[in-house]
Amino acid sequence: MEPTTSPNKLQFSPAGQAEIKRLLTHYPEDRSKSALLPILHIAQAEFGGWVSPEVQDLVAETLKIKPIEVYEVSSFYTMFNLKPVGKHVLEICRTGPCMLRGSDELTANLERITGAKVGGTSPDGNFTLKEVECLAACGFAPVVQVREKYYEQLDTPEAVDAMLNELRGQIHRPILSWEESSSLPNSLKNN
Amino acid sequence: MGRKLLTEHINVEGINTFDVYRKHGGYRSVEKALKTMTPDEVTEEVKKSGLRGRGGAGFPAGMKWGFLAKPEGVPRYLVCNADESEPGTFKDRQLMTKLPHLLIEGMITGSYALGARTSYIYIRGELLYVLRILEKAIAEAYAAGFLGENILGSGYSLDLHVHPGGGAYICGEETALLESLEGKRGNPRNKPPFPAVQGLYARPTVVNNVETIAAVPVIVNEGGDEYAKIGIGKSTGTKLISACGHLNKPGIYEIELGLPVEEFIYSDEYCGGIWKGRDLKAVVAGGSSVPILPKELILKTAAGENRLMTYESLSDGGFVTGTMLGSGGFIAMDETTCIVKNTWNFSRFYHHESCGQCSPCREGTGWMEKVLHRLEHGHGSMHDIDLLVSVAKQIEGNTICPLGEAAAWPVAAAVRHFRHEFEWHVTNPKEATAPGAAYRGAAVLA
Repeated sequence: MEPTTSPNKLQFSPAGQAEIKRLLTHYPEDRSKSALLPILHIAQAEFGGWVSPEVQDLVAETLKIKPIEVYEVSSFYTMFNLKPVGKHVLEICRTGPCMLRGSDELTANLERITGAKVGGTSPDGNFTLKEVECLAACGFAPVVQVREKYYEQLDTPEAVDAMLNELRGQIHRPILSWEESSSLPNSLKNN
Repeated sequence: MGRKLLTEHINVEGINTFDVYRKHGGYRSVEKALKTMTPDEVTEEVKKSGLRGRGGAGFPAGMKWGFLAKPEGVPRYLVCNADESEPGTFKDRQLMTKLPHLLIEGMITGSYALGARTSYIYIRGELLYVLRILEKAIAEAYAAGFLGENILGSGYSLDLHVHPGGGAYICGEETALLESLEGKRGNPRNKPPFPAVQGLYARPTVVNNVETIAAVPVIVNEGGDEYAKIGIGKSTGTKLISACGHLNKPGIYEIELGLPVEEFIYSDEYCGGIWKGRDLKAVVAGGSSVPILPKELILKTAAGENRLMTYESLSDGGFVTGTMLGSGGFIAMDETTCIVKNTWNFSRFYHHESCGQCSPCREGTGWMEKVLHRLEHGHGSMHDIDLLVSVAKQIEGNTICPLGEAAAWPVAAAVRHFRHEFEWHVTNPKEATAPGAAYRGAAVLA
């Protein structure tokens, strides 16, 4: 179920293609461009956590729109990584409420422990650190998001260690969480 | 103990599933509306309830519904704004995670009232895991016959979809949200035309916050008049308050509007006071966009009356001595907080999140961030303090959308109430920039 990354032609995995087909039913037929953001999320998950120009071209082709219509959108929204990233992208909230509960210290500690600087990747390729704005979890600050998971109340060394250990233990593969989507046909769930 | 209209069953085991939710009275409003009420009667109840938009603006929801154009043969839409990203606000995430069916029920009843046949929940992209929860719940609702063709044999049909954003605060602004839902950059639109006339795909559209839509079932079940009995004056019903910052018990609290601010902060039923036995210094009461108030003015109005958690009481005194209820993002700061640093942090946020369309916002938020950075790091001058106020003034009212005001108000208010602290950063830079330093002098109250 891996997406194809042959040198000549990129392709979404069969599960990804099925999910795209389902998404397109959500919008009027002449408004399929609406599916752009959801499809960019799929693309980023399938092709190594970032969207290269080639991947964005594939998205444009899928939606039958001009590549520029994808570029101008992917560069506007902060979730889309336009450069290669490490195995795990740690998105550290830096906004007021998290700052009040120690996000500056958390960032400094994560830089020290992982060896990565904010905006960069650790030498072992495991962790990319990214500072982001408010993640809407202010009551559980400080907070880090890694893909689809929120790690909250990271104000003790134990909590930070637990997060990093959990991530180190994960074997990296494209996360195809839509495989678990309840609205997918059963045949796709067991792959 | 206040009534809990939205969250009464939030901690019931399995309440996120259709069966358990239904057992606790879920989807009754859909049955009542579709079987016994006309769409206009549903809208009338929402009008009577006095429910006001819970996303921040506080505009009467029923009136907004009443504005929806209904040209013959043109589809219209209800879009739920689940792009929760106002710093300090985290209520919608909790509500959707724990009570997905409450939002879905509100969407069905609301869509029926507005005559929408397709509706969308636009959720911020960071909450993809919540999107999965909602999609699962929607699939259950379809299976139970509450979504899809001919719901409960009423002849009314509705499709409901969840749509993720991609990380952009500006998409919480309703026209930016609609642009984003159309697959474009989140640039707010010029108004008029308003979404009620030309919204999604240039068709009539209502955009409502998650919490607003979640209040519709109880209003339909109990009647608008009953709902309006809770609260004070034009602040009716209950509100979810996201409490964060230096509190003993941060979290989400559903309060009856009218609760005294002091009780909310200090009572054990709510936030349980300020952490580490410290004193309260300031509060941002309604999300980062609203004016900050020093302790004295958040607990009591300038006239010495107890400040209440209502739209009116919090804005008593205008922006000179008051603030706003906003989204209910309640950020408390203890006596060790540096107001200059906090203001700089918020300015950086607005600069980062400005879509860049309007020069006053694009450039002005950058200037404010730079000047505040200078002051915070001990390189500022007295002139910089006035410069901040001047830039804030020039942004305000000169932009397409309210992000300009949202960026300007917190800066203007911080300088108004904590001017001495800004000056202290200029006169005592070494002291002010020492790690953990915070000015302990008195705030300016009027």
